[in-house]
Amino acid sequence: MQKVTRDILIDRAAELLASGMVNRVLGWRSGEFFYDVVPAVFRSEADMRDGFVFDDFCGCNFSKYLVKESARSDGRILVFLKPCDTYSYNQLLTEHRFDAEKTYVIGVPCDGMLDIGRIKERVGEGVIGIEAEGDELIVKTLYDGDKRMKREDALPDRCRHCKGKKHVAFDELIGEECEENDENASGRFEGVAELEAMTSEQRYFFWQNELSRCIRCNACRDVCPACTCEKCVFDNPKSGVENKAASDSFEEKLFHIIRAFHVAGRCTDCGECSRVCPQHIPLHLLNRKFISDINGLYGEYQAGETVGSRSPMVDYSRADLDPSEAIGKREE
Amino acid sequence: MLKYRINKLNELFSSIAENRLLYIPSDGTDGRAHYTRWQDGIVLSDKLNTVRSAKDFFFPQSENLIEFERNGKEIKVNDIRKEPEDFVIFGVRACDAASFDILDRVFLSEPVDSYYASRREHGIVMTLACDRPAETCFCTTFGIDPACPGGDISCWQSGDWIYIEANTEKGKVFLNGLDLAMEQCDENEIAEDKKVICERIGKLPINNLPMDCFGAGKTETYFNDPAWAKLSESCLGCGTCTFVCPTCQCYDIKDFDTGSSIRRFRCWDSCMYSDFTMMSAGQPRPTQLERFRQRFMHKLVYFPENNDGIFGCVGCGRCLSRCPISMNIVKVIKNLGGNSNV
Amino acid sequence: MQIKVRKPLIVAFCCNWCSYAGADLAGSNRLNYPADVKIIRVPCSCRVNPTFVLRAFQRGADGVIICGCHPGDCHYTSGNYYTRRRMTLLFSMLDYLGIERERTRVEWVSAAEGAKFAATMNEFAEQVAALGENRRLEDLRCKK
Repeated sequence: MQKVTRDILIDRAAELLASGMVNRVLGWRSGEFFYDVVPAVFRSEADMRDGFVFDDFCGCNFSKYLVKESARSDGRILVFLKPCDTYSYNQLLTEHRFDAEKTYVIGVPCDGMLDIGRIKERVGEGVIGIEAEGDELIVKTLYDGDKRMKREDALPDRCRHCKGKKHVAFDELIGEECEENDENASGRFEGVAELEAMTSEQRYFFWQNELSRCIRCNACRDVCPACTCEKCVFDNPKSGVENKAASDSFEEKLFHIIRAFHVAGRCTDCGECSRVCPQHIPLHLLNRKFISDINGLYGEYQAGETVGSRSPMVDYSRADLDPSEAIGKREE
Repeated sequence: MLKYRINKLNELFSSIAENRLLYIPSDGTDGRAHYTRWQDGIVLSDKLNTVRSAKDFFFPQSENLIEFERNGKEIKVNDIRKEPEDFVIFGVRACDAASFDILDRVFLSEPVDSYYASRREHGIVMTLACDRPAETCFCTTFGIDPACPGGDISCWQSGDWIYIEANTEKGKVFLNGLDLAMEQCDENEIAEDKKVICERIGKLPINNLPMDCFGAGKTETYFNDPAWAKLSESCLGCGTCTFVCPTCQCYDIKDFDTGSSIRRFRCWDSCMYSDFTMMSAGQPRPTQLERFRQRFMHKLVYFPENNDGIFGCVGCGRCLSRCPISMNIVKVIKNLGGNSNV
Repeated sequence: MQIKVRKPLIVAFCCNWCSYAGADLAGSNRLNYPADVKIIRVPCSCRVNPTFVLRAFQRGADGVIICGCHPGDCHYTSGNYYTRRRMTLLFSMLDYLGIERERTRVEWVSAAEGAKFAATMNEFAEQVAALGENRRLEDLRCKK
């Protein structure tokens, strides 16, 4: 359950719309079921009362939409950002992808967003409703009645190892301001460490199995707030690397390595790539590998923590280790 | 109709696999069902359906068409296609089986796509009735009956038995050729199961969408509908919906330079992509709105226009559960159809 | 009976100002290094985009080595410092994906180090030969 209700958000948005501070609102619109929430632009209070939702399924990160949306009109757009979304917001500002003056950020607290995929993994298909009871969920199903599961088991990986509940960018906050809270964040690199502990061959088979499922739908790229190139090299026939097909296991690797490399140092670890992958490839493990390497070799760095920070990938130190030393050092 | 003990399903599979490659939905390491080549130890998934549709077997994501080799001023053209082996896909659901009829209309009408046609000839489709349709299912909207799933051979799981019935000549010949002691039985034995499926379908939230207002001749009605802007505004432009869709059939043909030859291949394309149908004059659908509209107009208006009123959707619900932003054909139908709640 | 020994194919990206000249010196001093080392001259080691490395493997390389000026000696002041960070992360990622780390290397070779160039190439070629053919980052379409 989220602490803030939809009505609180609508009331505040209505005030801002009425005062002329903003002329539209980027928010979540309810769908056919209880879980299929769609990102949408609202232009009136009535429209919000009709379709706006804020609940456990509002996981989508709005930061990237601001690039397109803020260019569409002169007025300011109100956007609701969860703590982890604010990192992407800052990172996009750092890269001058939109004008902060054209946005109005309301920071909303987040208690972790649920992943319908994980819920269905536990209870099967045919889910028609959900209720929270303490730290348990009661899932209403079509054929097996009510099923109980732990809320924790319905969280996606990014929420299970939440970076923290603190908003790093906002014009105003709804709910209490949270301080840095890293109690869960330490687990972020567990998956990476597990892989690093394997033998080279095991790692190869792990990734071969995962990446062979890739269908090159490009959802990971299209949702990624760090992927805001006007024309991606993988879409550009003139780039020489354009390819639509997943083929012979090379193209998938090329795509995912290059994409992860391109966002290295800019990836805020928002986890959208893994959320949207229709084939459930753990793409965050690629990004977190780069983050963990950067942290270990070039000092702790969190992309998007502040606006204007210099990414370690566009920086250097004379004392840096050579690749052979650095990769060896990691293992000690 | 025949029946066979369900606890001997493995024997059924091994008997099929004796002469043909057999693919069945089986749970992968990601906990989801994928078509997997059957061998001893591969277990039939209990999931409703596979992540990817069964169209892959007839229309794979990428396939080589032809190869060119240059030797001085000579160009040699090699036909590098491989004759597909005989295969059986087991456990296809009614929606996916119906999608083959839609693909057939595209690939088997003149000029016939020989690559697709040869796979169709070599493949046998064994369907399985859906005893537990999900909330995202809406196949009945398109006249598909999940209790009578079609294909060359239909199967039903009920109690201790799997019931098998051949629908086509190809299916009959194949069943007769199996070296298995199957019992003859009466169709009425599964009448109750079929009734249960129908009742379950009737209770699904989106089982009966209003399709009367779509179909041939509706281009003018919907092409400039203001609803497109709203529906497409948050579309990311990824190809997830088109790639998991059992009926999407657009492809691109490209050349790959192997270093020693040029290999011409075709691969799935998506109307959601910015370079879809790119021409020298530019992109005919410059923004996501036009691309988004193209996908749904194709399924709901253009396709029925050219194919006796048959819609280009089978209601499998894959796009409903896979779209990163949860925008899908059901929302489009409801919004354009006039009884909006989106 | 003739046994065909497969020699590893190595792609060496050499910076124009130091390592390429180093290779040249190795040649004029008549120092031996394997003929299967294919040198690609780049203006600076930091010109090497990660795609180049992956492309080399796709097109049949069994090992990729990047040679640049010693840190501090870059003709463009700082190019090789960037190379160092980038290639550290890239090679670490390849290692993470299970592609043998012995197939990739960065080495600093100055224009005066012809002997070092030849020795490095001999050693690297031996190391790659021990691993055999590149199988984990191959593109079957490019195999004859």
